[in-house]
Amino acid sequence: MTTTTLAALPRTEEQTARGDEARAGWGLLAPFAVLYLLFLIGPALYGLVLSFFDASSVRTGLGSFAGFGNYAEALGSSDFWSSMWHTVLFTLLTTPPLVIVAMGLAMLADRLKHGRWFFRLAFFAPYVVPATCVALVFTWMYTPTGLYSSWLTSVGLTAPAWLADPNWAMISVALMTVWWTIGFNFVLYLAGLQEIPQELYEASAVDGASPLAQLRRITVPLLGRTTLLVTMLQILASLKVFDQIYLLTSGGPNYATRPVIEYIYDVGFTDFRTGYGAAASMLYFVVILAVSVVWFVANRRLGRRS
Amino acid sequence: MATLTATRPETRSSGTGVGIRNRHRYFTAFCVSVLVVFAAVWLVPLLWAVDTSIRPEGEVTTDPTAWFTSHPTLDAYRHVLSAGRLPAWYLNSFLVAALTAALTVVVCSMAGFAVARVRFRGRRAATGLILAGLMIPPQVLIMPQFQEFAGLHLLNTYWALVLPALPTPVAVFVFASFFSGLPGELVESARLDGAGWFRIYSRIMMPLCRPAVSAVVIFTFVWSWNSFLWPLLVMTSTDTMTIPVGLSVVQDAYGIHQAQVMASAVLGALPLFLVFLLFQRRIVAGIANTGIK
Repeated sequence: MTTTTLAALPRTEEQTARGDEARAGWGLLAPFAVLYLLFLIGPALYGLVLSFFDASSVRTGLGSFAGFGNYAEALGSSDFWSSMWHTVLFTLLTTPPLVIVAMGLAMLADRLKHGRWFFRLAFFAPYVVPATCVALVFTWMYTPTGLYSSWLTSVGLTAPAWLADPNWAMISVALMTVWWTIGFNFVLYLAGLQEIPQELYEASAVDGASPLAQLRRITVPLLGRTTLLVTMLQILASLKVFDQIYLLTSGGPNYATRPVIEYIYDVGFTDFRTGYGAAASMLYFVVILAVSVVWFVANRRLGRRS
Repeated sequence: MATLTATRPETRSSGTGVGIRNRHRYFTAFCVSVLVVFAAVWLVPLLWAVDTSIRPEGEVTTDPTAWFTSHPTLDAYRHVLSAGRLPAWYLNSFLVAALTAALTVVVCSMAGFAVARVRFRGRRAATGLILAGLMIPPQVLIMPQFQEFAGLHLLNTYWALVLPALPTPVAVFVFASFFSGLPGELVESARLDGAGWFRIYSRIMMPLCRPAVSAVVIFTFVWSWNSFLWPLLVMTSTDTMTIPVGLSVVQDAYGIHQAQVMASAVLGALPLFLVFLLFQRRIVAGIANTGIK
């Protein structure tokens, strides 16, 4: 657009305008570019370098070259693999309910003409609460004399030990996470539902379609794109779990819930093994990257089709 | 259900149509009841925290699961606010979040404008590089970033929290997509009037992109206020802690004073609750448009 108007100008002026535009472009980009290189790309490359050395935070410098030693050690470490598994387990436990329940609640709320704001408030409000506050409240809810246990006891069930039982700790964390973050997916689904044309429902109602048939034949298929978005964002978010597990169980009891980020934190900051921690970070990064690439490709394909 | 309702005498139109319509009405009633149950389950932890915080400490200990108290009191709040470091942590959280939000808008809107409206060599490469940054989770960088900030002697300063939070690829793309949506004639006519690029950005484009600015400000503020892992690593002195980090270390200090623990949790959540209530529409629209997480 700029070139078409400038084409009428004499050549030299056009050239200065071009040079001007190039300088302006880089000038406007400069503050971001500097910060981006210093605090994102730089550390990423430095982390890659660290992972090949026996670096330690208790002495300066990189230490001796380790080659792939750190990687080999991490891949052979049962602690690394079990923490990796805990992160995956957390993702497996949280993603289905956070997608399906959010979709269900959004579909129900979408039928309301009034009072939608109230449910949006109820489901989304927890999402803006800091992890620490959520953890404080749920530590209190999950105590043996707490509310949930007393509810279960009052209907004749034996309450589990929630956070203290290695078999229940991760489930308890997952339940809390569903409560905490479902509002985000709920809002995404509500937005997706808005895009389904109302005429489709009206036309099918005239044809005598029951509400359940409408949900099955119209709503769920047309939400496909939203479901892909929500599922992928949820997997990526769940794979990054640290805050709530660290706060609720500190990775316990007996490391039964320690996620991979806490493992990196432990080896890097408690054992001061910076190089090894960086290698573990890189291995974890490969997993995140693989999921992201799948998401990018799937999104592109769908985008081209529609 | 349909046959039963269709035979009602007061119905006006033909049998099957009314049956279907009634079925839809019953279905809506069913939807509402399910939603109400879920909403109740969702509100319980929040109400329970508030309820515990206004009960006298002794009552909470003797009867932990009672909802009602005959002696509501704000003692727990008074104690938490006067004895702890909460006011200082509030200030730290607020300054860090405000500074991060303001600077993110400046830095990322300039980059977004450059990427969207200025044509220069290397623009595509720059865009690709920024896009690549979307894939790097900050959690992966804690080790090298910590060493970097230790080397810069910036640990326990606000800059340790603000600087790494500024180059946010998502914010750049939010601005870029907003700028590309604005009419191109705005830039062209301003160029013909002899306006420089920075002037076009600051005087013409920025005033037009209030929705993008408010979305980025709100999300950056909330994200900064809630971030935990990085502040936990770099803010180790009690004076410089933010609310989430501070509250996580005093958790044990309050011991069995549950009312005080709940009061501190309520106080920690309160500012963002207000932000949410004030900007509910903006937040919801922002999530729907960008899917920021």
